[in-house]
This record gives sequence, structure tokens and C-alpha cells, in this order.
Amino acid sequence: MSDAATLDVAIWRGTEDGHFQSFAVPRREHQTVLDVVTEVQRAHDATLSYRFACRVGMCGSCAMVVNGRPRWTCRTRVSEVAVEGRLKLEPLRNLTIVKDLAVEMTDFFDKWRDARGYFEPGATPETYFAVVPPATRERQAADAGIECIGCGVCYSACDVVAWDADYLGPAALNRAWTLVNDVRDRGQAERMQAVATEGGCQACHTHMSCTQFCPKAIAPTYSIAGLKRAVMKRAFGGGA
Amino acid sequence: MSALLFAAQRVSAIVLAFAVAVHLGTILYASHTGLTAGAILARTHGNVAFALFYGLFVVAVAVHAPIGLRNVLREWTPWRGRTLDLALLFFSALLLVLGFRAVIAVYA
Amino acid sequence: MRASHTQRGFVAAMLHRLSGIALAIFLPLHFLALATALQGANALDSFLALTRNPWVEAAEFGLVAALALHMTLGLRVLAVEFLDLREKTAALVSVCAAAACAAGLVFVFNLG
Repeated sequence: MSDAATLDVAIWRGTEDGHFQSFAVPRREHQTVLDVVTEVQRAHDATLSYRFACRVGMCGSCAMVVNGRPRWTCRTRVSEVAVEGRLKLEPLRNLTIVKDLAVEMTDFFDKWRDARGYFEPGATPETYFAVVPPATRERQAADAGIECIGCGVCYSACDVVAWDADYLGPAALNRAWTLVNDVRDRGQAERMQAVATEGGCQACHTHMSCTQFCPKAIAPTYSIAGLKRAVMKRAFGGGA
Repeated sequence: MSALLFAAQRVSAIVLAFAVAVHLGTILYASHTGLTAGAILARTHGNVAFALFYGLFVVAVAVHAPIGLRNVLREWTPWRGRTLDLALLFFSALLLVLGFRAVIAVYA
Repeated sequence: MRASHTQRGFVAAMLHRLSGIALAIFLPLHFLALATALQGANALDSFLALTRNPWVEAAEFGLVAALALHMTLGLRVLAVEFLDLREKTAALVSVCAAAACAAGLVFVFNLG
């Protein structure tokens, strides 16, 4: 039981068969979890590996599991999450651990590509700007999911990703949905096929962990529901 | 294939929502009024509406349950692929056969 | 316990899945029981006489509850997927659970 002035921080070290290593870190005012990890690496153990970049909640690089919840460490105040002065830091789930708190993001982005989560201008793109009124249903649907920065928190939180290696995951499918609603895009047929494969949108069971933990307040669950409807319409409504 | 299974699962779910509501209501009514097997069978014998309703119920269940189990098995066990699909097809056939046998038993 | 496993949506999904598995196991047995009527009402009655014990009645309560629960939670999924409803989280899940228990209780009290 640590006293109020010191934090008891357990950090995952190594790869899949690693272990927790404990550090005692002084508690400071307005401290974030990222501050704690940085202090450990600089003052206690220079061999600790972790990621961060902007440190102001814009890039998503610092995402990891803090006391069981996937979140951004730069946006997590120690005072908010430390129970009895204890912190437990683990790398994001469902991704191969490179070392300590850093994970291999390749699979995450490969699934993004596999879900056709990229804009397809087509063979003859428009030569001038497309006029897309922001209040249209499609644009509002796209806007609801467009702020995703690919941090991997939702992917880490998703149980279906853990259970089904084929599942494309909430981020990839959410991005696909924003593109389904992009009236300029010419790759809808391929995208619809991509999200209807065995690991596609229908594998989502509406657990809503993604929506619960997304630091940008995006709701991939509803984007995926939109994809389900779109896939059904295409398969049985014949069209678009 | 997945889109087809998903659609079948959801459509059968909607059919079952109605069928289950009717079935639950019927069962609760029967148990409330204390009907015996003989009394129930007297009402169902030769009742075409009953046979059609429960026949549809059996088909919907034979579609819905195996697809649901397929998800569970694929996600919670290492079993997947052709053998899983065949096993579930067999389960579906089993439900159809036993189900229609029960409907006939109670109707005929 | 993993944080995602205490979330309402996950709890709902697990109740839905487990009740579904229970029903899938029960159903063939249910069909077999009903088919004893092929040998006439007496055969069904004597089979049903076996079910007049507390363990079976508890199981029957469980099954009716499982059926109501599976249906109401399934309706939640259909609503999110096809009616594009926003999940009113806790309230909806609790209502589902309550409705399921109510149905089971009515059934059990009617048996006694």
C-alpha cells in the first residue's frame, strides 16, 4: 500500500511472455500517465520502450491500456485513474507486442486497407471541386466518423477482434463507412464486397466497447450498423 | 456467403420475434388455465392454422439457431471452415426433422 | 476483470449469447418431448408427469426466461442495426432483463 506521495506503477516489460516491473514514482500535481511513463524511462530505467509524439491529445501515438482500460496516456490524469496510488500499464491488446508498451500496428493498418478504407477517385475524377452540402444525410454520416486518427484504442477494446482473426475491426470499418457516404468516391462496389467478407461488418455483435472507449467520441458501432444496412440493400435491394 | 448468412439470421430473427411472442403468450395462457396434455391436444388436432404457424416457427428456428451457433463456435473454439459448416447444416436438418415430427405429432 | 467486460453492451451480448446456446441445446429435447404425443395424449401426460419436480421446474423457469431474454436482447441488436437507434444503454438492457424475469416468474407461479 503506497502512501499518497508516491505512485506504485506496474509496467509490462518484454513481449508476449514478459512480466510486470514495478516502479515507485513521485506523485506530482496535474500529472498525466504519460508524464509518469516518461519519468520512469528517463530517471529509472532507460531501457523502457513506449510511444508518444504530440503529447497533447491529437496524434493517438501514446495509446495503451491503463488500469485495464485502453486510453491515451497524455490525456489521462493520474488523479483520475490511480486507485490507492496504483497504476498498471500494458500495451494495447490484439496487436503483437514489439517491446514493453510498444505494439506492432501493421495488422491494424492492413485491415484498414483490406476494408477499402481509402478514397477511390475512379478512372475519370472530377476536374473541379465537388459540391457537397454539409447538411446532407451522407455528409453528416461521414462527418460523424471522419475524425478517426487511427490510434488503435477501439481495436484494442474489441472482443470480436480478439476472438476472430479475420475481423476487420471497428476502425477500418468505421473508415469504410465514411467513404461509403462520400459522394465523390467511385470504389463503392469493391468496398461493399470488402466489408461483406467473412471478417466484415456482420461479425460485429454490438458489444459497443469501441464506442465506449474511443477518445474522439466516435461511435464505430453505428457506422458498422450503417454498413450492415448498406450491404443488405446492395445484396437484396439491387443497387448503388 | 457471409452476407447471405447474416441476412438469413436477421430475417429469421424477425419471424421468430413474432412467433416467440405468440408462443410465450400461448404457453403462459395454457399453464395459467392449467390445461392438461389431453386438453391441449384436443385444441391442436386438425387445427390447420396451428400447423402452419408452428411449421413456420420450425423453419425459422432451423435457420436461426445454427447460424448463431456458427458464430459462437468460430469465435470461442478453434473450429472453423467446411467441417463446421457441414456440422451445422446437419444440426439444421435435425431441427427441421424433429420439429416437423413434433408438429405432426400434435396436429395429426 | 477486463474493462470492456463490465460494459453494458458486452453484458447484454453475453446474456444474449448464453441464452441462445441454452435454447439451442434445449430445442431438440423439446421437440422430442412433444413428439411423445405421437403415442397419444397419455404418453405425453406420463412424460409430463416426470417434469413435476422442482429441478425441472427451475430449469423450465430458466428456459422461459432465456427465451424472453434472448428475444428482447435480439430486438436491441435489430434496433441498433436496422432502425439506426442509439442504444439508451443501461435503461434498455435492464428493461430487457426485467421483462425476461417477469415472463419466467409468471410461468413458474402458474405451475404451482
